[in-house]
Amino acid sequence: MRERFRRIFQGAVYGPLFFLLGVSTAYADWELNMTRGVTPISHDTFDLHMIIFWVCVAIAVVVFGVIIYSLYAFRLSRGAQPDIAMVHSTKAEIIWTLIPIGILVAMAIPAAETLIKIEDTRAPDVTIKVTSYQWKWHYEYLGDANDPFVKSNFGFFSNISPESNRARQLGSGIDVFQVDNYLRDVDKSVVVPVNRKVRLLLTSNDVLHAWWVPELGGKRDTIPGFVNEMWFLAEEIGVYRGQCAELCGRDHGFMPIVVEVQSEADFAKWVGENGGAVGGGPAETPDVVEGTVAAAATGGGAGSAEPVDMELSFDDLMARGETAYLTNCSACHQLNGQGLAPAFPALAGGVITTGALDAHLDQVLNGKAGTAMAPFSYLSNTDIAAIVTYERNAWGNSTGDIIQPSDVQAAR
Amino acid sequence: MSHTADAHHDHHAAPSGFKRWLFATNHKDIGTMYLVFALVMFFVGGTMAMIIRAELFQPGLQFVDPGFFNQMTTMHALMMIFGGVMPAFVGLANWMVPLMVGAPDMALPRMNNWSFWLLPVAFSLLLSTLFFAGGAPAGGWTMYPPLVLQTGNAFPFLIFSVHLMGMSSIMGAINIVVTIMNMRAPGMGLLKMPLFVWTWLITAYLLILAMPVLAGAVTMLLTDEYFGTSFFNAGGGGDPLMFQHVFWFFGHPEVYIMILPAFGIVSQIIPTFARKPLFGYESMVYATASIAFLSFIVWAHHMFTVGMPLSGQLFFMFSTMLIAVPTGVKVFNWMATMWRGSMTFETPMLFAVAFVFLFSIGGFSGLMLGITPADFQYHDTYFVVAHFHYVLVPGAIFGIMGGVYFWMPKWTGHMYNEKLAKIHFWLSAIFVNVTFFPQHFVGLAGMPRRIPDYATQFADFNMVSSIGAFVFGVSQLLFVYIIWSCVRGGEKATTAVWEGSHGLEWTVPSPAPHHTFEVAPEVP
Ligand code: HEC
Ligand SMILES: [Cu+2]
Repeated sequence: MRERFRRIFQGAVYGPLFFLLGVSTAYADWELNMTRGVTPISHDTFDLHMIIFWVCVAIAVVVFGVIIYSLYAFRLSRGAQPDIAMVHSTKAEIIWTLIPIGILVAMAIPAAETLIKIEDTRAPDVTIKVTSYQWKWHYEYLGDANDPFVKSNFGFFSNISPESNRARQLGSGIDVFQVDNYLRDVDKSVVVPVNRKVRLLLTSNDVLHAWWVPELGGKRDTIPGFVNEMWFLAEEIGVYRGQCAELCGRDHGFMPIVVEVQSEADFAKWVGENGGAVGGGPAETPDVVEGTVAAAATGGGAGSAEPVDMELSFDDLMARGETAYLTNCSACHQLNGQGLAPAFPALAGGVITTGALDAHLDQVLNGKAGTAMAPFSYLSNTDIAAIVTYERNAWGNSTGDIIQPSDVQAAR
Repeated sequence: MSHTADAHHDHHAAPSGFKRWLFATNHKDIGTMYLVFALVMFFVGGTMAMIIRAELFQPGLQFVDPGFFNQMTTMHALMMIFGGVMPAFVGLANWMVPLMVGAPDMALPRMNNWSFWLLPVAFSLLLSTLFFAGGAPAGGWTMYPPLVLQTGNAFPFLIFSVHLMGMSSIMGAINIVVTIMNMRAPGMGLLKMPLFVWTWLITAYLLILAMPVLAGAVTMLLTDEYFGTSFFNAGGGGDPLMFQHVFWFFGHPEVYIMILPAFGIVSQIIPTFARKPLFGYESMVYATASIAFLSFIVWAHHMFTVGMPLSGQLFFMFSTMLIAVPTGVKVFNWMATMWRGSMTFETPMLFAVAFVFLFSIGGFSGLMLGITPADFQYHDTYFVVAHFHYVLVPGAIFGIMGGVYFWMPKWTGHMYNEKLAKIHFWLSAIFVNVTFFPQHFVGLAGMPRRIPDYATQFADFNMVSSIGAFVFGVSQLLFVYIIWSCVRGGEKATTAVWEGSHGLEWTVPSPAPHHTFEVAPEVP
């Protein structure tokens, strides 16, 4: 804590100074300025930002300088006499109208050029459909048999990582400074190839959200019923983090975005492992590949679906169920199963969670039409088995039921 | 406020006790009520700001649930905008416009009463939702669908209270227009009016044009929610973005509604304490009018990221940049007014000078935000939060506070405690910067607005900002104390109050009698 106060003090004193002197980049971890980012657009944007910033500084120096001088020189206590005849000057007024207009025109030209580039979404190498949900992202890679990378569609959900999700609960007692990339980490990141034009098609399943990774350039809103476009071309391999930027309800602050920019070879390998056939035959993969999501939901490695006939112990199911519940259900039903009256029912002591198993499985697999309770049939049998086992035996629910993946398969 | 209705004015005798206020038709009484109401709302909204800053003091969730946090940000904005800043300006207009144009009262005194009393009703309705199951509105003061339609039981209360606030504002605005157009003393030509009157005249037209648009927008929300329409629902052929266009067609003029009267106040104060007439009076009037006109053709700069056609983005970028020109003219004129003046720095002047500096900083960040590609990075981050708090707190609110110190001797007949007022000024001016300046940094570094918790790299500046906010908040108690003690007593104010004062309002005794200018004054 002492250390932090010291840093804050230094920051408060030197921060504005460094910022003004433009050496803030030397203190990158101080995070004072806009990122330069890793795409041509983010570079252009950064340059525009710095130009307009310096224009403002220059104007401020002149105007504030004159005012500060006046405050010093033209005060009664120094015996200043008011020049009451000085009420108007057409010349001055014309000058201080024309100079700003000139500056603005000079700014408008490069800004318009960048804007035109930003809007040019033609000829992408990879196209990803991004769908926002309250409160997670779904990514779907759009494939084409002739595409060099993605031969067929595949997709997955990307949720806040379980570590961040645990730590961010009210009164969790977890020191968030110890959590890696707190609130900026996901269970499964988007992967894209370096130096390739990636086009995003953005839409939303429920309310407005906005997709934003500062290093990749600006943000764009996702709107239910409409598709927006944006593109980026990352020039450096690396991991870039951002988050939802448009108020989208309760957990707006908890829907991070992580983009991994990889070499083309690594990207092709990743596509192969994640269900999009690389260089294979025609597409026949469904929109959402179950195994991918299952792996994503539990934070496990990517790979194919686990076998249905797997038998898990009660403890394994409960442990896995707790994490999968945290990721998929806790936003509404809350970590403690108490829900949020009146919108989201409590599952602790709930009629369905302590009643007939069939009804419970049905609710999770098929959701409830017309309510926020969506179908979760895209989760793997194992995850659903774990979640349902967990819900029936956590928070004082004590049915003692053990649900295996085969039971879930049978209920589908 | 002493009461000097003499014998032959019996029919004007104000009732005493609560009836004086409930049935008030006197512009000074109604002005006082508006001002007191605004002060109360500043504290209600300020308390919410304190909750917000307490939660943001450190990363991690310490005090409130994220849903409640969203209620706080939403309600804070609604309280401050519709309950604080706007009623405070209407209160100042009620008090000062008749005095400045030499009118005996507002033109429509009963409507004046009605437009005030709608406000406590509206805000009681809105604040009552805090106690509902499901809580107060949490979808942001901008009320974007579809999110706002998830509001729950507070939703109809939100819509209805916005309607009431809108009615109140429209009536207040009509009253001001009619008063200014019809009740000026003979010889008070339009281009002789004090700038505060001018800026309010233009503001009133903005209100009359903009508020009905807001009412329309929220009515469409209401029918979408309860009567099966699909104005904003793509599934039914509507468009959620249409709401944003309609909202910001109201919302951008609204921004100027909250700043133009402050321009007016500052344009009264600076010449008074520079002992020199306002430089470029006519260009000030024209600049105000051009800002008002431009405010209707820039709305989409609040929504550059929604995915507009390129031509639309270019148009709104250029029109937004244009606003910098008349705004610059104003700042240059204030600068020139101080130049070769003979200045003293009583508290109103301190607030006015701070206004010029700090509002300009808000103007600079506004210019930056107008550069569309850069806005794609800035939008919906703390950079925007810093920007609009700079124009609203050391802008609009410093304008209001400066105005209160400037005119309070006229209202109460007493000088306020200058020493305490200076302390209040310095605390406010320093800590408003400690609060909001670091928000530029976290915003540029990528912290989105309206989040209850943040990544750890934003921790340091958020802590600074919270400390600033706490001190700023507590300092405002001093403001209340100063007003209170000034009402109760203090050094007697003279008629002119200030050495450099100029205008009709300074020709009536201090405190201003209950009825003034029953016979039209001579305009010098
Ligand atoms: C977006 C919010 C949301 C999420 C996420 C969510 N639910 Fe629900 N859930 C609801 C709502 C709303 C209902 C009440 C539906 C109704 O009106 O009957 C509900 C009802 C239920 C019920 C029935 C409760 C009862 O007693 O009636 C169960 C069981 C349930 N959910 C399980 C789950 C599981 C398991 C998950 C995670 C895989 C989950 N929910 C995720 C919103 C959600
Ligand atoms: Cu979101």
